[in-house]
Amino acid sequence: MTMGMTGNATARRVAADTAATDRAAADVGAADTAAADMASANPAAVLPEPFAGWFAGQGWAPRPHQLALVEKAEAGLSSLLIAPTGAGKTLAGFLPSLIEIAHENRRRNAPVREGPHTLYISPLKALAVDIARNLERPIAEMGLSITHETRTGDTPQNRRRRQKEVPPDILLTTAEQIALLVCQPDAARYFSELKVVIVDELHALVTSKRGDLLSLGLARLRRHAPGLRTVGLSATVADPDDLRGWLVPQALLDPDALPDLGAPVRVDDHRGVPRRRAEAPPSGLSELIVVEGGAKPDLSILKTEARVPWSGHMTRWAVPDVYALIKAHRTTLVFVNTRSQAETLFYELWRINDETLPIALHHGSLEREQRRKVEAAMGRNALRAVVCTSTLDLGIDWGDVDLVVHVGAPKGASRLAQRIGRANHRMDEPSKAVLVPSNRFEVMECQAALDANYHGRQDTPAIKDGALDVLAQHVLGMAVADPFDALDLFEEIRSAYPYRTLDWETFERVVDYGATGGYALRAYDRYAKIRRRKKDGLWSITHPNVAKQYRLNVSTIVELASLPVRLVSRRGGTLTRRGPVLGQLEEYFLATLAPGDTFLFAGQVLKLEQVLQNEVLVTKTAQTEPKIPYYGGSKFPLTTYLAAGVRQMLADPAHREALPEQVREWLDLQAVRSRLPRTDELLVETFPRGKRHYLVAYPFEGRLAHQTLGMLLTRRLERAGAKPMGFVASDYALAIWALEDLSVFYDDAPNTMADLFAEDMLGDDLDEWLADSMLMKRTFRAVAQIAHLVERRHPGQEKTGRQITISTDLVYDVLRSHEPDHILMRATWADAATGLLDIRRLGEMLARVRAHIVHVRLPRISPLAVPIMLEIGRESVQGEGSEMLLAEAADELIREAME
Amino acid sequence: MDTPFGMAAMSAFSIPGPRLPRTVRRPAAVTTRARLAGMDAVLDPTGALFWPAESLLVVSDLHLETGSSYARTGQMLPPYDTSLTLAALAAAVERHRPARILSLGDTFHDPFGAERLTPEARDLIGAMMRRAAFIFVTGNHEKDGAAALGGRVADAVTIGGTTFRHIPSAVVPDTPEVAGHLHPAARIAVKGRSLKRRCFIGCDRRLVMPAMGCLTGGLPVTDPAFTALWPAGPDPRPAVHLIGRERVFSLGAT
Repeated sequence: MTMGMTGNATARRVAADTAATDRAAADVGAADTAAADMASANPAAVLPEPFAGWFAGQGWAPRPHQLALVEKAEAGLSSLLIAPTGAGKTLAGFLPSLIEIAHENRRRNAPVREGPHTLYISPLKALAVDIARNLERPIAEMGLSITHETRTGDTPQNRRRRQKEVPPDILLTTAEQIALLVCQPDAARYFSELKVVIVDELHALVTSKRGDLLSLGLARLRRHAPGLRTVGLSATVADPDDLRGWLVPQALLDPDALPDLGAPVRVDDHRGVPRRRAEAPPSGLSELIVVEGGAKPDLSILKTEARVPWSGHMTRWAVPDVYALIKAHRTTLVFVNTRSQAETLFYELWRINDETLPIALHHGSLEREQRRKVEAAMGRNALRAVVCTSTLDLGIDWGDVDLVVHVGAPKGASRLAQRIGRANHRMDEPSKAVLVPSNRFEVMECQAALDANYHGRQDTPAIKDGALDVLAQHVLGMAVADPFDALDLFEEIRSAYPYRTLDWETFERVVDYGATGGYALRAYDRYAKIRRRKKDGLWSITHPNVAKQYRLNVSTIVELASLPVRLVSRRGGTLTRRGPVLGQLEEYFLATLAPGDTFLFAGQVLKLEQVLQNEVLVTKTAQTEPKIPYYGGSKFPLTTYLAAGVRQMLADPAHREALPEQVREWLDLQAVRSRLPRTDELLVETFPRGKRHYLVAYPFEGRLAHQTLGMLLTRRLERAGAKPMGFVASDYALAIWALEDLSVFYDDAPNTMADLFAEDMLGDDLDEWLADSMLMKRTFRAVAQIAHLVERRHPGQEKTGRQITISTDLVYDVLRSHEPDHILMRATWADAATGLLDIRRLGEMLARVRAHIVHVRLPRISPLAVPIMLEIGRESVQGEGSEMLLAEAADELIREAME
Repeated sequence: MDTPFGMAAMSAFSIPGPRLPRTVRRPAAVTTRARLAGMDAVLDPTGALFWPAESLLVVSDLHLETGSSYARTGQMLPPYDTSLTLAALAAAVERHRPARILSLGDTFHDPFGAERLTPEARDLIGAMMRRAAFIFVTGNHEKDGAAALGGRVADAVTIGGTTFRHIPSAVVPDTPEVAGHLHPAARIAVKGRSLKRRCFIGCDRRLVMPAMGCLTGGLPVTDPAFTALWPAGPDPRPAVHLIGRERVFSLGAT
């Protein structure tokens, strides 16, 4: 089906290419019709020729924020530019560099520069390439003698070499490439002429490990280029100061915070002596330039005759409505939250696609080639709709998207704003978006997101402490670059915003980890990768191979263990081995499949035939209902901000007015039958149903936190003798069931519901559970790779993702039993606490509701409980008691055998 | 310490981080009896096999000093694998009190493993050697590296009519055979979750032992390497005995 669609798209190529070029130019040039509103004085005073003339020649006037950036640059200041899409952000970022380089190059005597003047860093390879293309036009039209090149993981060796020998004025690259460049032996010379670093999509970068890696790279670049200026380009965020801090060195190391190292071996005195960083602004913040958003988006929740279901995530009920929307618009981007939703929606749309509109699919598991085809078709305006996941949240602009449909709740106000921004990339025209909730809780969540958007509220996450696995990688890289003084490097690292509170003891352990693995049992001293030299006290690598291995493994992107899916056919009972690769299937989903099972992938129902030599062989099947409906993909928990909005709707009738009638009726009935919790309350209901007793809690803290809570509560109930049988968690609620009434254990003194939800469950219960947690092992796997404990690539051999999974699980077990405080265990813990386990949020919730737990005992199920109760059986129980499961399975088999 | 463990470790930089797991009292190990490769065998949850009739304890693929083997190439895996693996062996020895202990090859992860043993590990092996006679079958990883420990070293041995060798014979052997080398592991799906565990796989003619080394990964029993050992036909199908934490689960014929 996907293939057929692309065929169509190719046929429609025609003259659309010219339109795309025009558009690209407009995005860089940012045609501004509202030039008369310009706040700044005479632009000619700011812009020299040929720039002023070029703007005039285009019939444009430079925008105030573009001029402001030029002024800040002239004053040598770093700046954060916050602007909505379509504001000419990219040109604004480059303009000061273009002016400066043009000026410099006119006066330059030497024909070849030592290294680039400006680095542009993008979170996506494709974006770097796209921006490079867009830069060409202004440079050519103004006749500037400015060179620019891209360098990504895909850049061939000979071009990289040329970039070293004849460096371009502007190098467009990625965070990983910076990490590689700063550990080259000639880095000091190469970056000696560096003046500017532009970081695009900064808001997205800083919350990832790539952001941590880049912050460390920046700290090193500042050493080579002391006056270095940074420019951050960002969408609107909740706290701009976080980003402003990230862009500049964090100043003034408190001398008292430095360790007393006794009498260190130190040859040159200037090293390691605490000193004020001259370039650090005293405020610790960059300049801030904010462009207020243009037109308010035209945002609505789908109005429908259909009944909004109680539960479920597949939104099948709204497919005809979504199809009607696609038909009524030129080009529609249909965003969903998970890959399985994308697959399902795409499949359902094509079922009713009577007019065979070109509708495509785009998500992270699909073959890269296939994704590129869809993107290209989109750029040519050859598609009417693309069903996509977060893979299209960022990145290049496309054709004339005039509608964004968001199927399923957006989970965050800022996420929604970002996605809406993908429509209509012209600042002063309103973007149009329709939200399609999957179920009734999501109706409330969509309404909360709508309100947030109207008020311009943001809920982007704060920048976390820098990851220790990334730090470990970086420290090794710094030894590869040049022998380092520990104190000196510590100071440099603390100038990076995410690591500004790093303590010496942790740093020392990271260095120790880089040297010998950092184990208490000092077994590996003779195999040390880096060692402190006797002659000058500097840490240096012990063998050139260490550098080679390091360069092979620099990255923070850890691929999930996955296998390629190959579509083959069956001839006379035997499988052919030839056929196209459709994409990658995660190993943990594959593990739940048996040969013969059918599942939805790349828009088709496929049958698993065989896993052979690290490939999944599948065939097409005539079946229309896949047996296994779900396969992995990211699920974002709803943000604290939206959760608060939903809580408010429950608590206050005034906040419910905007909701559709069927949802209001549902909530009113809840108020009569049970209770609608106040905003500060945690409502807990218990009731019997069938032969079971249920306990349902409504914390609204997102699915990950609820899963962790469910795990901990069931442990506690088990200890109390309540024999819980299972639980299920959604973004909003949590249900636990048992054969006996769970509330009798927590009705009165000495035990109350408050005891059941007491915070100390985050102590021993959590500890014990973590011992055997698959989620921890999965987290550890990524940490072990980033910190180079397990290398993906070893000179001469490449490990597959499969093998790594096996060995890191065992390493985790060994490490946990012997050295749970190991630096990588701490890194794993920190990741899990904010990631898969969301312990931080759970902890905050438990503290908040401490004295406000309201237990309602009911004779039967409450209206509010219906959605979560419907999830039971649909979702697999996330039990982690694997030993118990094993025993059950074995006993069952034994029973079968006996009967 | 009053601060709950969870909250105290919230910041990546806070010290202390995760702490030692509490010592949990574990239920006693449950062994399983099975008729395998001509033996009335007792399967131990450590991955060891005890043959009472010969007072013989068989273990395979200990892969001692795996951590240090990787460390030599710059991948600093934890140096605790040898002591954990030996502790499992010691527990099995304690339970069954064999007269003879047979290590079925790949006792060490590489040929120089024995040289890297810590004095403590050496002592532990020495103590076991004083209680039982050791037989080391040579594996493909270590050559005759285990010879340094003392004890008998052989390419293959036959005891009570059953032959013990490291790599399973390609054709179905005439006499019962016990081998290691392949590190069998089985995956079973239970309630939508998939669990992977090391296992014994065998029939009355031949048996493949699980790897005992704690850093040693497993090869799924669905791999062609195993199907080749039990080709389709009238011969008995192999049974899988899955190793749980304290119990061996017999899952019947595959």
